[in-house]
Amino acid sequence: MELGVIFAGFGGQGILLAGKVLARAGMDQGLEVTWLPSYGPEMRGGTANCTVVLADQPIGSPIVDAPRALVAMNLPSLDRFEPRVAAEGLIVYNGSLIPRDPKREDVQGIPVPVNDIARELGNARVINMVALGALVRASGVVPLEAVVAAMAREMRERGRDRLIEINRQALERGFNEAEKLLGDR
Amino acid sequence: MSQLSTQIPEGYVKVFSRPRSLSDAKYTYCPGCHHGIIGRLIAEAIDELGIQERAVGVAPVGCAVFLFRFYNVDFVQAAHGRACAVATGLKRASPNLIVFTYQGDGDLAAIGTAETVHAANRGENFTVIFVNNQIYGMTGGEMAPTTLPGQRTVTCPEGRDVKLTGHPLKVSEMLAQLDGPVYITRQAVYDARHIQMAKKAILKAFRNQAEGKGFSLVEIVADCPTNFQMSPVEANRWVVEKALQYFPLGDLKVKED
Amino acid sequence: MSRVLMRGNEAIAEAAIRAGLKCYFSYPITPQGELVEYMARELPKRGGVFLQAESEVAAINMVYGAAAAGVRTMTSSSSPGNSLKQEGISYLAGARLPAVIVNVMRGGPGLGNIAPAQGDYFQATKGGGHGDYRLIVLAPSTVPEAAQLVMLAFDLSDRYRVPAMILTDGMLGQMMEPVELPPPVDEATIPEKPWALTGAKGRPPNVVRSFELEPRKLKEMNLVLQETYREIEENEVRWEEVETEDAEILLVAHGTVGRIVKTVVRQARKEGIKAGLLRPISLWPFPYGPLRRLAERVPTVLTVELSAGQMWEDVRLAVEGRAKTPFFGELGGVVPTPREILSEVKKHVPA
Repeated sequence: MELGVIFAGFGGQGILLAGKVLARAGMDQGLEVTWLPSYGPEMRGGTANCTVVLADQPIGSPIVDAPRALVAMNLPSLDRFEPRVAAEGLIVYNGSLIPRDPKREDVQGIPVPVNDIARELGNARVINMVALGALVRASGVVPLEAVVAAMAREMRERGRDRLIEINRQALERGFNEAEKLLGDR
Repeated sequence: MSQLSTQIPEGYVKVFSRPRSLSDAKYTYCPGCHHGIIGRLIAEAIDELGIQERAVGVAPVGCAVFLFRFYNVDFVQAAHGRACAVATGLKRASPNLIVFTYQGDGDLAAIGTAETVHAANRGENFTVIFVNNQIYGMTGGEMAPTTLPGQRTVTCPEGRDVKLTGHPLKVSEMLAQLDGPVYITRQAVYDARHIQMAKKAILKAFRNQAEGKGFSLVEIVADCPTNFQMSPVEANRWVVEKALQYFPLGDLKVKED
Repeated sequence: MSRVLMRGNEAIAEAAIRAGLKCYFSYPITPQGELVEYMARELPKRGGVFLQAESEVAAINMVYGAAAAGVRTMTSSSSPGNSLKQEGISYLAGARLPAVIVNVMRGGPGLGNIAPAQGDYFQATKGGGHGDYRLIVLAPSTVPEAAQLVMLAFDLSDRYRVPAMILTDGMLGQMMEPVELPPPVDEATIPEKPWALTGAKGRPPNVVRSFELEPRKLKEMNLVLQETYREIEENEVRWEEVETEDAEILLVAHGTVGRIVKTVVRQARKEGIKAGLLRPISLWPFPYGPLRRLAERVPTVLTVELSAGQMWEDVRLAVEGRAKTPFFGELGGVVPTPREILSEVKKHVPA
């Protein structure tokens, strides 16, 4: 098993953190993981993406030609990375901001209105965890509980204990949203 | 090599001798050069403060490049201009050492300006002996940042033109503006009285370090008879009559606690 | 001991502290900023000295001073900063001072960019400063290996009194991977340094210098260095081989490209191409011998690098015409993907 995921969006959308939480959860599950950010001179406001690989054997390349999954938080990210997704791959995309569906017919598109859900939860910043929750359900690579635990530890280490609960809710809402869509099919 | 007898004949009292911290090696300086006097003052200060066993010198590049030969203390040779950075590393690694740099004007005030200013500004707890003789000695008498206006050197053969090459750099005045240093002073060694004053300054600079007070710099306005193309007497007079016009003597900063 | 998810830059810093690092000096530069930040946060808490220098030049000379005092010391930078350190590195080598230098390489020449590159291979392995000297140069390909090689770098540097460099790039510096950190070094096991400047108490003065005016004496000093280098070449060559037993095409790649090529080898084998990898871990001393032995039976040795062919020169020196030696390189911070490398491999194997 080897799963490559690209997370992409605007700087400030929590892209790098979402990838890190997934990598951490994978590590806790005994998998090999790599987390590779795109890095640039911008501190905020630019575009951001990271590639996470989870595998049950040592990982060679942390760079992935054809990711099995893409999490696109805005339209430029979907435009840029959609062509690279592997056949039969997954695209979780931000239905709140992206006005189109994936053009590819050989991939599974999972629209999640992450901004709307985050607003309902009362904190616009948890969009990354909503999207991650949906990816976790759609990919099945690690259990949701492992991701919640990894997120909670990450928050504690950053001194953000008070945000654990809302992020847990965000992960669950995203997970359930994907469940609804996938269950329908 | 013949050694002078150090035996004191009966009935005589020893009133003057080589400081213990100076080795037996002969100086490689030119006749009349002030480096020799300054070097001895440092050794006397080390002896008087009883710090020989924990002193470490940082030798520069320049005429004092052989400095490590002249002392019975540990020494490190620094790259040109980097003595204050090397001293920072030494002192931070081993705060119990008594660390001093010995640098000329080319080393400290040209290629090593940044290292000097920042060590001073951090208030690094070591001692700098800065020999300002207004010229590059070892490389053959080129213009230094401290060369006086109109002074001839091999790289300003018509005399230093301040419009082209700037003015003599007043390092001590510059450093005295900073909050970091505790003691910045300018001294000279052209006569016995000034030698005694310079010695006191050097002692104070080392004592500051031993007491953990911070950065001290003793500038000494010196001569260079060979590259000034003067006799030792004329070169000595140059210091008094010319150099001190630009580099007046005295304490520029004394931070008392 | 549990695994921790760490960035390469942070793992390097943590491993250095566990190796007994006492003094760290550096100047900020991307993409190794996390290393400096980690040191600023952690080293003082753990009994060490962190100092942000006014320049790369000052930082390496502070390292020189701390090394002369006999403590374990380190600096880190990225390519342009490392160019500035070359003067100090030459002095460290000449004065036989142990120290560890980390270069998280980025695109060059000049200001270049901050993307991963391997264009400082010549500078690191052939002597970037003046004079006849060598550095022990270690090139990790994963975050755990980076941690391991940092600790090794301190040991080798102390043992041989030769400065050691960790040569890596922005990709490894920035990426995260699980690391099982080695336990801290027992400082009692660090070799004594009788030459260190500790004050001339009960012994003649020690002098640390690279300076010797008399040519014959300077020659002797140089011969000591050269003897040490021969000893290192004898004992410290490190490399990894993957699927080389039956390889029909051997790829040679170091650092992060080395790990990307592992994926290439796996993919090539799936397609029936018998590819193998030799990954030099010590770039100096370079694994000439192991590569030469493989070149006796592998017809094609393909070098893959993030440079215009710097390590390729060493590959050709090792192969000496025994095999074909094509080259595939990327420049300017562009990193080839496994697929791109695989299509290059296919050009060199019979269809």
